[in-house]
Amino acid sequence: MDTTTHPAAAPRPGPGLLRGLLQQRETGLVLIILALFVAMSFASPYFLTWSNIRAMLMSFSVDGIVVVGMTVLLIVGGIDLSVGAVVCLSMVVGGTLFLAGVDPWLASLAGIGASGLVGAGIGFCVTRIGLSHFIASLAAMVIVRGLCMVITGGAPLSLFTLPAEFKFVGQGAVAGIPVVILIFAVIVLVFDLALRRGTFFRKVVYTGSNEKAAAYAGIRTDRVKFIATVFTALMAGLAGAIYMARLGSATPSFGTGMELNVIAAAVIGGASLKGGTGSVFGAVLGVALLSIVTSSLILLNVNAYWQEMTKGIILLVAVSLDHVLNRYRSR
Amino acid sequence: MTQTPLLDMRGIARSFGPVKALRGVNFTLMPGEIHALAGENGAGKSTLMNIADGILQPDAGEIRVEGRPVRIGSPLEAQRLGIGLIHQEIALCGDVSVAENICMAALAASPRWLVSRRALIARAQEVMDRLMPIPVTRLVRELSLAEQQLVEIAKALTLDAKVLILDEPTAALTEAETDTLFGLMRELRARGIGQVYISHRMSEIFDICDRITVFRDGQYIGTDRVADMTPAKVVDKLVGRKLEALFPPKAQRTGPGHVMEVEALTDRAGQFHDVSFALRRGEILGLAGLIGAGRTEIAEAICGLRPRASGRVVLEGTPFAPRDHAASVAARVAYLSEDRKGAGLFLELPIARNISALDIRTVAPKGWIEPRRETARAETLGARVKLKCGSVADPVSTLSGGNQQKVAIARLLAIGPRLVFLDEPTRGVDVGARAEIYDIIRALAEAGTGVVVISSELTELIGLCDRVLVIHEGRVAGAVSGAAMSEENIMHLASGLGTAGAEAPEAAAAGAA
Repeated sequence: MDTTTHPAAAPRPGPGLLRGLLQQRETGLVLIILALFVAMSFASPYFLTWSNIRAMLMSFSVDGIVVVGMTVLLIVGGIDLSVGAVVCLSMVVGGTLFLAGVDPWLASLAGIGASGLVGAGIGFCVTRIGLSHFIASLAAMVIVRGLCMVITGGAPLSLFTLPAEFKFVGQGAVAGIPVVILIFAVIVLVFDLALRRGTFFRKVVYTGSNEKAAAYAGIRTDRVKFIATVFTALMAGLAGAIYMARLGSATPSFGTGMELNVIAAAVIGGASLKGGTGSVFGAVLGVALLSIVTSSLILLNVNAYWQEMTKGIILLVAVSLDHVLNRYRSR
Repeated sequence: MTQTPLLDMRGIARSFGPVKALRGVNFTLMPGEIHALAGENGAGKSTLMNIADGILQPDAGEIRVEGRPVRIGSPLEAQRLGIGLIHQEIALCGDVSVAENICMAALAASPRWLVSRRALIARAQEVMDRLMPIPVTRLVRELSLAEQQLVEIAKALTLDAKVLILDEPTAALTEAETDTLFGLMRELRARGIGQVYISHRMSEIFDICDRITVFRDGQYIGTDRVADMTPAKVVDKLVGRKLEALFPPKAQRTGPGHVMEVEALTDRAGQFHDVSFALRRGEILGLAGLIGAGRTEIAEAICGLRPRASGRVVLEGTPFAPRDHAASVAARVAYLSEDRKGAGLFLELPIARNISALDIRTVAPKGWIEPRRETARAETLGARVKLKCGSVADPVSTLSGGNQQKVAIARLLAIGPRLVFLDEPTRGVDVGARAEIYDIIRALAEAGTGVVVISSELTELIGLCDRVLVIHEGRVAGAVSGAAMSEENIMHLASGLGTAGAEAPEAAAAGAA
């Protein structure tokens, strides 16, 4: 666009592709992950084995689905502390219905539906009553966790009678690749594209970037926030259904504390708690980084208490680094 | 002058990202003078005064207070140096009493730990009474905007400042209230206090000021004695060119017919009542009034941003009552907010995405966004508004104020609007870009779009608009056009005094030419 180029705008140095890569916030994460990979392959002979990589992928695939949902919600400027409880609700509802004789597919669909209802409840509190996402979802977390206890009477549900074709979703593999990983890959591809190209997700970005400006641009921001909230809960519900198939059981305390890991992964991946920024690809990298760190700490025989601390410190360092780099980039 | 200046600022420079707000400006304030600091929107007046008050730090330059070089690191340090600033925007705590607000700054500077409530009230009332007898035990949020403005002024008076900066203190005041303020300012002048007076109103500057310093686009233009100047000379300095060159020619003819008729419109919150007017095709209609008079609220109520109580709006012959702003935008009626950063643009998003915000569907004909289409449209519209940018993929935050505003306007053009409300369309915009924005606005009106411009700058209303509707306390006080469009007539109407040259409100409603 030569005619409108500002004469004072000096051309930036460096070839276009490299510059473009460096401008991407995800690049730093990819480099950190690669560095960890290299370091760990020397530190532990087991790290680069297929079984370890497969275990790492398995471990983050299901939580990764929740992170994708959380990323969308963070972009719109919200947050959901109830996702751990909602994952559990989905499992418990699905499991209970199955034990009552309902077809397992229908039962898990009902579990996902129940999760969506929780999201709708949070969305209602936020857009109609005017509570913050933080408060509404905190209350939802406690309520839903209690509900899980009520439904199960506090005891784990044993679901070993689930039919093989249902368990296949959580435990099977296609061409050597676990189905869980395939599902996650599809979700990532679909929503990465959707976030960049979809008109609804564009409205999500506008709303999170500047809610008032979005409203003045004729966007129904309450509706956008509501849908994003329900979306996140549905993703948690889907994760719950997959966990049920994978574990063959449903424990009413399952997923306790998961919300913190999920939020941490999304934030490491570049989503801002202030809204407006974040990407699905970044979220995947955030999940992957946390998972690699966990795996590394186990392989290095680090004491379990130290592991927790180390994860917290890594979260702090990763986010601070990103923040500082971002400030530097915007100069 | 052999006296030592109270405040002497030399070579002050300050940038905000890519925007150079001040490029080495000078300003000297002598004891016992009222010194006007004049400049268009975005000239850098408020930035310089924020530097003097320690809110902002200069990138370069020297500040002396009574001859001593100083560094003013915070408003508290400014207070200790005897500098007090009355902000353009009201910065009061709404939920505490007037007394506590008035003494807020003085309390912050006091080394004592405990406050005597009785002493506080007595002192606050004494200061307040010099301006207007508002009971100081009332809560600030119960006061009108003009009263709040007076509280803001009283707050600065408690500091016993040697240097008092008044940044557009009269923007919400009627003429009578302004007179009281001027009386007080003369009293302070007699006591040797130096005062910096910032105002857009030429008549006020000539009423009360001794000297005038002019800035333009962050540059120091000159300082003169007011007695040696005429309003016309000041305007030429402000604009840096002949005023006629800044504004496009007026409409040759208006009509036939009306774009919009507003009949007895009243909003639910009671901000305005029984507002009637017509907008002719081809004309630019200005909305004038004091801050808080209800101008913005009228636009909001028409565009579905504010609930109506009664009355109706007819747009091109059919009733127009959008249930929300989204419906209004869908009907191609848009409102451009005065608060560009807060309610206008998505600063960290790319220019192209900002331009698409009102209408994403056009760049997503198949249901998903096509980046090429989006870029192409942003470039076309950018060229139409003479946007200067590196690439439409750059974030809006990298642009100057004028170019940011062009992005906001390009976004309106994207929907092919039937009617637009432009609220303070040139706030924070440099003079060169202003002329271009005025041309765009005129071109819109000529192409048949209904254009309503809300502005606090009378020069802008008079220079740009074909007719100006003046609002006083939520009611139409009258309309002026042609030769009757003068600063005096508009100010009289805005203060609720009426004027000979104006059409009566009923005539304004009929839109009789």
